[in-house]
Amino acid sequence: MAAAEAAGGSPGTGSQPAAQRRLRILSGHLRGSPASRAPEAAQLLSLSRCGARGAAERPVPGSIPKKRQEILKWNGWGYNDSKFIFNKKGQAEFTGKRYRLSGMVLPVLKEWMEKTLGASLEHRIICRTSLNSSDVPPSIVNEEFLQDLRATEISYSQDAEDRVFRAHGHCLHEIFVLREGMFKRVPDIVVWPDCHEDVVKIVELACKHNLCIIPFGGGTSVSSALECPADERRTIVSLDTSQMNRILWIDERNLTAHIEAGIIGQDLEKQLGESGYCTGHEPDSMEFSSLGGWVATRASGMKKNIYGNIEDLVVHIKMVTPRGVIEKSCQVPRMSTGPDIHHFIMGSEGILGVVTEVTIKIRPIPEYQKYGSVVFSNFERGVACLREIAKQRCAPASIRLVDNAQFQFGHALKPQVASIFTSFLDGLKKFYITKFKGFDPNELCVATLLFEGDREKVLQHEKQVYDIAAKFGGLAAGEDNGQRGYMLTFVIAYLRDLGLDYYLIGESFETSVPWDRVLDLCRNVKERIVRECKEKGVQFAPFSTCRVTQTYDAGACVYFYFAFNYRGISDPIHVYEQIEIAAREEILANGGSLSHHHGVGKLRKQWMKESISDVGLGMLKSVKEYVDPNNIFGNRNLL
Amino acid sequence: MAAAGRSRLGAPMYSKELTSKKRDEFEDILEERRQSSDLRYAMKCYTPVIYKGLPPCKPSAIKNSVLHSEQVQYVIKQLSKETGESADIIQEEATEILDEMGHNLHIGAIRFFAFSLSKIFKRLFQRVCVNEEGIQKLQQAIQEHPVVLLPSHRSYIDFLMLSYLLYTYDLSLPVIAAGMDFLGMKIVGELLRRSGAFFMRRTFGGNRLYWAVFAEYVKTMLRNGYAPIEFFLEGTRSRTAKTLTPKFGLLSIVMEPFFKGEVFDTYLVPISISYERILEESLYAYELLGVPKPKESTSGLLKARKILSDNFGSIHVYFGQPVSLRTLASGRINRCPYNLVPRHLPQRLSEDIQEFVIDVAYRMELLQIENLVLSPWILVASILLQNLPAIDFELLVEKTLWLKGLTQAFGGFLEWPENLCANKAVTSSLAPHSNIVSLVNGQVVLNDKGTKDVTTEELIFKQALSILMCGAYRNQLLNVFVRPSLVAVALQMMQSFRKEEIYNYFNFLRDIFSDEFIFFPGIALKDFEEGCFLLTKCDVIQMTPQEILVTEKGSSVASFLAAMFRPFMEGYQIICRYLSKETKEAFTEKQFIPGIRNFAFQLLETGSTQCYEVLSSDLQKNALAAFVRLDVVKKVKITNGFTYTVNKEALSKTAEMLHSPVPIRKPMTARL
Repeated sequence: MAAAEAAGGSPGTGSQPAAQRRLRILSGHLRGSPASRAPEAAQLLSLSRCGARGAAERPVPGSIPKKRQEILKWNGWGYNDSKFIFNKKGQAEFTGKRYRLSGMVLPVLKEWMEKTLGASLEHRIICRTSLNSSDVPPSIVNEEFLQDLRATEISYSQDAEDRVFRAHGHCLHEIFVLREGMFKRVPDIVVWPDCHEDVVKIVELACKHNLCIIPFGGGTSVSSALECPADERRTIVSLDTSQMNRILWIDERNLTAHIEAGIIGQDLEKQLGESGYCTGHEPDSMEFSSLGGWVATRASGMKKNIYGNIEDLVVHIKMVTPRGVIEKSCQVPRMSTGPDIHHFIMGSEGILGVVTEVTIKIRPIPEYQKYGSVVFSNFERGVACLREIAKQRCAPASIRLVDNAQFQFGHALKPQVASIFTSFLDGLKKFYITKFKGFDPNELCVATLLFEGDREKVLQHEKQVYDIAAKFGGLAAGEDNGQRGYMLTFVIAYLRDLGLDYYLIGESFETSVPWDRVLDLCRNVKERIVRECKEKGVQFAPFSTCRVTQTYDAGACVYFYFAFNYRGISDPIHVYEQIEIAAREEILANGGSLSHHHGVGKLRKQWMKESISDVGLGMLKSVKEYVDPNNIFGNRNLL
Repeated sequence: MAAAGRSRLGAPMYSKELTSKKRDEFEDILEERRQSSDLRYAMKCYTPVIYKGLPPCKPSAIKNSVLHSEQVQYVIKQLSKETGESADIIQEEATEILDEMGHNLHIGAIRFFAFSLSKIFKRLFQRVCVNEEGIQKLQQAIQEHPVVLLPSHRSYIDFLMLSYLLYTYDLSLPVIAAGMDFLGMKIVGELLRRSGAFFMRRTFGGNRLYWAVFAEYVKTMLRNGYAPIEFFLEGTRSRTAKTLTPKFGLLSIVMEPFFKGEVFDTYLVPISISYERILEESLYAYELLGVPKPKESTSGLLKARKILSDNFGSIHVYFGQPVSLRTLASGRINRCPYNLVPRHLPQRLSEDIQEFVIDVAYRMELLQIENLVLSPWILVASILLQNLPAIDFELLVEKTLWLKGLTQAFGGFLEWPENLCANKAVTSSLAPHSNIVSLVNGQVVLNDKGTKDVTTEELIFKQALSILMCGAYRNQLLNVFVRPSLVAVALQMMQSFRKEEIYNYFNFLRDIFSDEFIFFPGIALKDFEEGCFLLTKCDVIQMTPQEILVTEKGSSVASFLAAMFRPFMEGYQIICRYLSKETKEAFTEKQFIPGIRNFAFQLLETGSTQCYEVLSSDLQKNALAAFVRLDVVKKVKITNGFTYTVNKEALSKTAEMLHSPVPIRKPMTARL
């Protein structure tokens, strides 16, 4: 199988620096040259790559290799080298070098796990360390298709590990299956197109041979969107877009960039950064998730207050469908030409086709960034403050409000303090807030802030926000707390893997809700989770917490974390799923949406009809029927 | 809670489904009061548990938040737009309404009440018995979610007693939605207000501002969990001691915060308060006979002091299991429609919700009925009324013992004094009721005091008074007996064994009497099966797939049961006769009541009926409502009230059904 992959040509080590140099020169050109020349240069670049397959010209290697397993965990989140462990002293530690928290000891995490979730280090699950290839369902691909595929010279693999790696996202039940069982159905073959034309060829072949294609971007789905339908009889082709990861051109006049959809967030920002630009789109998964994936799920970024969500960022989309290629004829900021076809593509979750290229807005990298945080005496006041900030339309790049339980959780992840002085300062701060200001440590909550822009404007903006906060009794609590808050969102996904070793399962889910219902929804959903756990026989009270992560004119996005200790429960995943369903029903009953940005996938399909009405669902179905009558894109998400 | 195979969710559980009805033990709280200082008790440290650590909030702050709530402000703006009146003036009006209504929890008033009520209760009652387990459950519930207390309503004592009990057990005093007529009682009204009662006008259907302020006030109390809300599902004190059909307005208000997601859940706590002797018993009887009720006034209450020397026996207060509204609504109510309109806008209830509110109201009343304590006296009264004017004491004891067994078999909650022989139990139960019955020469006689030198009219009136008073006690048994008894009535009337015919007639009775007795809506068949089941259990009937046969020894039971409901059968028959003679084109209720009363008086005078209970205005009104429901009488709205016209054809059919029904042989459609 590994040999098959070589057909596409493995990246020659010698050619890499050459390619990088070339791109640097090119982007240098782009920056220096008049914008009118840019498209020309772009065309050149695009031709040189896909036209000269097998030659020394290779795409810029991404941060994640084709063999994802080389640096990513096969049965958990993120990089192999980064994980939470308990060291010999029994203290929690985060390994690796990639994150600010890496290499640090977290002295209070263990106690938090014991106290909040009833975990015990003595009760540990030892799960298998590697994938057993013989467990993986065999790859069934018909020979005629393989011949046709080889003729296209597109790289592919039938290796068991490669296939399993693309059979799942990161829902709890998927990770659980990886650790303790095996999927009933995984892709039969993985293909790595290098460019738009490759995708066109693959889709044509799939139509010809009646195969099922499931597009794969970064694999960070949390909606069961990547799960293969167990009863799919056709060959399932996992179309991995990761090799389509080039910035094709940058247009500085219009501040747009034309980019292949397989690029992942960190590479996109890194490469744009070399030209002094950014997209500003930073979903929590940006290390791994891809541009195409953002489009296909209607993603939302942390800094959407400045840069907008994906639907605000996208100027042009090219998508390959079984009917052909869909795209607009121009790249304009807005048009009135009937319903916007982009809105059939955004959120289509891979049921209509593969997004191959996207023109996206870019911005110069901001001059200055500043973190901040505000403490409120309780969640109600915090929400009132966020509402006021949204009303005055002066929200910073990011503003998030965590409830008390999450605030305490954040403290559990505090690294060992370096000096006595810091710990003294911390003590003093705590004393000031709880004793002097009279905040109840079991009630107070924290808003974390991120400002971006010109230095002067940031400082001005900062003052405005803190002034509003003061009206709601908010106390400024320092940059450090703010920064740690944002850092945590990147490492929190790692924490679940640690929990799984100690009978703790957890998940997050999100919704959007009108302002007047934020408090009621948060309270009721958390309470529902607690109650359901009790009814389902969960022995220890669950960790049930929320934060408001985005503010809008008319409402907010709310994110829930939920974890419990499943010792004594025979079928934890089933119990977990029942609780998740109950929580979702509670969200809907309280005026929340089915999803703000995670998407529907297969996990939330059951509520689609009630969410968008019969006619609405019928509309989507008729689009699917026209675009893909033979259900080539058969992941069965959404509808 | 939910049992499978039910036509309507939330329907009551009947004995078939219950393995055993377990009820809590009672504790007499007066015992301690008789032994220790009332003053110390009134001054005790009072720190009730509160809803999830909520800090107490001043009434003025509550009033303020109600007045400035979006809901009230919206209605003010609307009214201002419609009437052209300035919003400030309407706001002023709203403030006045709030002041008139608003409660003012004041610990001093509570202590004053605690002290004086201790004194009064000890004088009036022998024992005040409470199920402490119920109190514990309530205490738990108050901390978890907002609580709505739903007591039965037989007397003014009800809410005084409840507040007194909650104070005794260190629970938050409830905020009571009480009728406005209390406001007439100057000092007491104010005291009541200060101890937590708030007032609503009896009728304010047309006044939108009043409704808005009132509804918002109740919901604010509930949402924030300041205190339990207490109101009476029955709407008013039942003059007949029968549970009145529920009112739905307040119940739908207290449910709204849950529907709108403003609270996670709401607990409904049915509370059954039973009196061995009702304080207002004679007042009620006068009222039913059309002697106007004295307006509540403080001086009236003071005059009532003479009753302090009377013996009113025991009171039993049973706090039922708190019922979670969320559980009741689960799987039945879709709350999503509430998401499409801002929550402060007044919304019409959807049909689903309306039906749900009705079901919950009936369910709560049935739970109240289930836990109403039945004293031996109630059995005695029931027997006596079938043996007027007097019954031999020995025979009475024998029959009482027999009825005791039957009552228990039907699931009645009987408090039979322990270690007491039946003889003594009956004797002691007669004692508090010496105003109605007396023991003369080994005969128990319904009182005929003051029979000297009176007209026949007065004689009938006196007799009616005694019978209605006595009937008020028998009535407490009726809701427990109604299902098997209506089967017995049907068997007697139909003179048939065919199950289908019996059921059809049962259904007719259930329908016509649905204002008299409490039936859960829409489950006639279940009610019928329950009745048959109980009769079978007591060997009164035998069932075959097609037939119902009365057993030999069961016939006396069956006729007793039928006789128990005869006053209603006869009463409705008489009203039919009256209506058929009614010549007027259209009449009002004000004309109907005296009309039927005169008609009944004549019949009683001539001795052509012995049914004194037809004189009860309660029965008369219920009958009229039933005839309207059955389209026998047409109700038309006019400018100030309603008029009624009789449909003669339908009337004669109904009269025939009540008199001597001819079995209608329909093909077997429903399998019974």
